[in-house]
Amino acid sequence: MAETVIEARELTRTFGAFTAVDRISFAVAEGEIFGFLGANGAGKTTAIRMLIGLLRPSSGQGIVAGFDVARDPEAVKRQIGYMSQKFSLYADLTVAENIRLYGGIYGLSNAELKAKSADLIERLDLGHARDERVARLPLGWRQKLAFAVALLHEPRIVFLDEPTGGVDPITRRQFWDSIYQAAASGVTLFVTTHYMDEAEYCDRISIMVDGRIAALGEPAALKREQGADSIDEIFVRLARPALAGS
Amino acid sequence: MRTLRFLLQKEFLQIFRDRQILPMIFLMPILQLIVLASAATFEVKSAKVDLLDQDHSPTSRRLVEHFAATGYFRITGRPASLAEAERDLELSRARMILNIPPHFEEDLRRNRRARLLLAYDAVDGATAGILSSYSAVILGRFEREEQAELAVERRSAAPLVRTSPSFWYNRELSYRAFMVPGILVELVTMVGLLLCALNIVREREIGTIEQLNVTPLKRWQFIVGKLVPFWLLGLAALALGLLVAKLVFAIPIRGSVPLVFAIAAVYLLAMNGLGLAVSALSYTQQQATFLALFVLLASILLSGLFTPIDSMPLWAQKLTLANPMAHFVEINRRILLKGSGFGEIQDHFWYLPAAAGIILPLAVLRYRKVGS
Repeated sequence: MAETVIEARELTRTFGAFTAVDRISFAVAEGEIFGFLGANGAGKTTAIRMLIGLLRPSSGQGIVAGFDVARDPEAVKRQIGYMSQKFSLYADLTVAENIRLYGGIYGLSNAELKAKSADLIERLDLGHARDERVARLPLGWRQKLAFAVALLHEPRIVFLDEPTGGVDPITRRQFWDSIYQAAASGVTLFVTTHYMDEAEYCDRISIMVDGRIAALGEPAALKREQGADSIDEIFVRLARPALAGS
Repeated sequence: MRTLRFLLQKEFLQIFRDRQILPMIFLMPILQLIVLASAATFEVKSAKVDLLDQDHSPTSRRLVEHFAATGYFRITGRPASLAEAERDLELSRARMILNIPPHFEEDLRRNRRARLLLAYDAVDGATAGILSSYSAVILGRFEREEQAELAVERRSAAPLVRTSPSFWYNRELSYRAFMVPGILVELVTMVGLLLCALNIVREREIGTIEQLNVTPLKRWQFIVGKLVPFWLLGLAALALGLLVAKLVFAIPIRGSVPLVFAIAAVYLLAMNGLGLAVSALSYTQQQATFLALFVLLASILLSGLFTPIDSMPLWAQKLTLANPMAHFVEINRRILLKGSGFGEIQDHFWYLPAAAGIILPLAVLRYRKVGS
């Protein structure tokens, strides 16, 4: 049994009277690809923001890489990489400059920086765009770059918040190839998505509905339990009452 | 420290790449200096005067000559009656009526006293006041000359008291020389406060700050990385402004330039702190702009830049003590125009490190990496 690297215990976040995340509990083992599914507004991003130390939980506990996200968010941050759903590298800097900046922030030595950025640029096939400002890159490449930067300091866990939003199917496929690649090297991946076909690529998934976790398990097992042909079907079944109610 | 180097490098790359910010930092100050220093003047020149000369004597002509010769007044109308002159005033065709009654010369010679009517359009009270004081000076000069002439004729004594004012530090009473040091302070403030606040909020709005916030980057590193560039840019704007002041306006720089920069360096710490505070309180660039402009305007109005602090009500005078800008405006005027050294500006200087010491830590504490 692999070590647990992400654990949520009754993790809750309220904004005034609204409960965005309602006592969710789950555990992710090292090296897993964990799919964090849910409709828009189900509370995925709020949950992720608590786990990466950007938002203080209202109650409950989140443990990431052995550190409590409320008590020691900065220690958590040293162990994780993060790619937000909104592209958040610097569009007015070049590919190489972005890599250099984040490498520098994570404390890579000059030699490491040089080797790493050359390696990344080659792997991403961005050699020709090395000194191109990121603003001029197509969205798919930008996402790849963002993922690469999230992996730059070799974190144990990487959080990807809707990494493939808005990109074409081929780029999406390629993106998942790089996710597999990262997982193969031992990185734990926590991925939110609302593409249900992507859910099938994950080792385990959870489905969030209205701030709660409505289903949790391996995709195949879930389909068997629920007697459904696809994750999509399960998702619609679980999410429909919530959507109809809102 | 190494991390900081990467941050600063990034910040300068961005600033120098920005096609709007960079010209804004260096062009706007120059433009503002040129426009404001020339337009923000209380000097009144060639005010339109309706002349109603009912005396038609050599003396009345000499009097009119005195007015016209100064360049401050221009005889633009010669109405036939007082009613007509009043109508001109009403229609803003004239700013002043110079009414010389009949027998002006005769009264002056016989009684050594004569009446003269000066009427001003006082909708703009400040201008009317200035015109009135110009007139007083002109009349004084006229009177002295007439008296001297009479004295020769009558062999009476010349007046015993004669005043000759001597204006120190700004001999020509140049309004521009007075304004430019203050406007320089305003420029430094704009860069240090407004641009600094907008830059941070922009990162928040675009979302790039979130990526930084999930790194182990320390709060102080982020803040220093943000403040240092705008601190330096503020000093650069000052250097440029001083150069323009010297070369374009020929403003005297009588005191020590290094002293000006040393004080600006302390002052900018306080302004950067304010900028940081504004950014910590705003989520969008719109909010930040509004807030920063409010702070800026309040600072300017209470700085003595456009209106003398001495003529403010007492409570407002007290408020200016808490306004770092007011102190720097006063200090800059003293250094540049009077050539004051550190000893002569201390009464204002100590407010600046005090302001920086209060504002900066508060702003730093208010800045959060983790949302609550």
